[in-house]
Amino acid sequence: MSPTSPGKRPSRAVLVLLLLASFTLITLDARSTDRSPLDPVRSAVGDVLGPVENGTAAAVRPFKAVPGFFRTTGALRADVARLEAENSQLRGRLAGSSVDRNRAAELDGLLASSRSTGYALVPARVVAMGPAQSFSRTVTIDAGTAAGVHPDMTVLNNDGLVGRVLRADRSSATVLLLVDQESVVGGRLGSSMEVGFLRGRGRVGDKARLDLDLVDASATATQGDTLVTWGSRNGAPYVAGVPIGRVAAVYSTPRQQSTQAVIEPFVDFSSLDLVGVVVRANTKSDRTVIKAGAAEPAESSTEGTR
Amino acid sequence: MSVLRAVGLTTVILLAVILQVAVFSAVSFEGVVPNIALLVVVAAALVRGPEFAAATGFLGGLAIDLAPPADHVAGRWALALVVVGYLAGRVRHDAGTSAVAAVVTVAACSFVGTSVFALSGMLLGDPAIPVGSALRVIPIAVLYDVLVTPFVLPVLMRLFRRMRPHQVAY
Repeated sequence: MSPTSPGKRPSRAVLVLLLLASFTLITLDARSTDRSPLDPVRSAVGDVLGPVENGTAAAVRPFKAVPGFFRTTGALRADVARLEAENSQLRGRLAGSSVDRNRAAELDGLLASSRSTGYALVPARVVAMGPAQSFSRTVTIDAGTAAGVHPDMTVLNNDGLVGRVLRADRSSATVLLLVDQESVVGGRLGSSMEVGFLRGRGRVGDKARLDLDLVDASATATQGDTLVTWGSRNGAPYVAGVPIGRVAAVYSTPRQQSTQAVIEPFVDFSSLDLVGVVVRANTKSDRTVIKAGAAEPAESSTEGTR
Repeated sequence: MSVLRAVGLTTVILLAVILQVAVFSAVSFEGVVPNIALLVVVAAALVRGPEFAAATGFLGGLAIDLAPPADHVAGRWALALVVVGYLAGRVRHDAGTSAVAAVVTVAACSFVGTSVFALSGMLLGDPAIPVGSALRVIPIAVLYDVLVTPFVLPVLMRLFRRMRPHQVAY
């Protein structure tokens, strides 16, 4: 490439300086294993930009529905939304009930079956979505530490599991979606009670899928089977019994030890709006905490992944 | 006056990043949104040249790296946009004059920027990006950036021309 302005070569020093600055930042952030020196900066930026994002999202929310007007009429959309909500509610109940039945049959779920549903939830709206160009699936919600939201809490909506809280600032929090490539969730098959690990594929929309590796190599999943969360120690990052998705396909390769299944998540990650963050029932929050039979997330008896 | 200009530049960059995450997410395709911060850097390059654009790229990248939904290692978008600003600045005399050249510059910059970001991710393993998903996202990103260019780039270039300090023949 030749210098463009005659008699004036662009200075290399500026470029080199800025490149070095970028590399320094990357090194600082990537090399620190536990706490990054950039964490305070991140949370400061979050504290400033979080409210701005909240405000912007609130301002444009009425317009976000505009593209939808071109597709179909408002009445039809309302009907579809209502039916979808009803459907997902029933599906969630079904997914939960088969686990409950099994637990009762195994006689170990005498207590757990009564509280496998109904956690205390802090309601929040999704205000910003990380672009796919960044290759990580994260969203910002408009509830932060002031609302009682802290890192490693479960996030769900009325369809099922959404993800977990990565970072919480004062008035906003970053949520890692289930479909992110770095996300690993312990899941339990509703019919056979087999446990496995779910990994995201990094895609949202219609083609959002999760891969399931069952722990027991001899166990297989059946198509249409539902999955719920297995639950982690102390309910962090995932509480037990939240519906995740349905088995869409099962396959096995001679190379791999266990059977693999492809899971279609219940949640539509491309149109996330209202979500709930699972908190302890006695959490102090700047908004109303939704409690339905409020069980303590800490009391899940099973252990799982972090 | 230069303080005012710095504040103006910062505002433009922050606005671009917020638009990108909070507003354009409604019209995302497969999760890809138009990279407005990249368009800001290209506009800066076409009007002001490589040094200014590289600095703008660094600030813009830093904003993307640190603004709330971001979870990748900080500095990766900064690196990508510094490269983009410098490259775009080097071709500015051809691209500053014709609309087609400007659109081609945006397409090239979008390709280079997203690729540098993806490559830095592959090197760091953060997250371990499969080549397939990078190859899927990059063309969509380029197409989307080109689509919004006619609406965004002229406005940004006019803004940068007005923010330019007065100087003799340029």
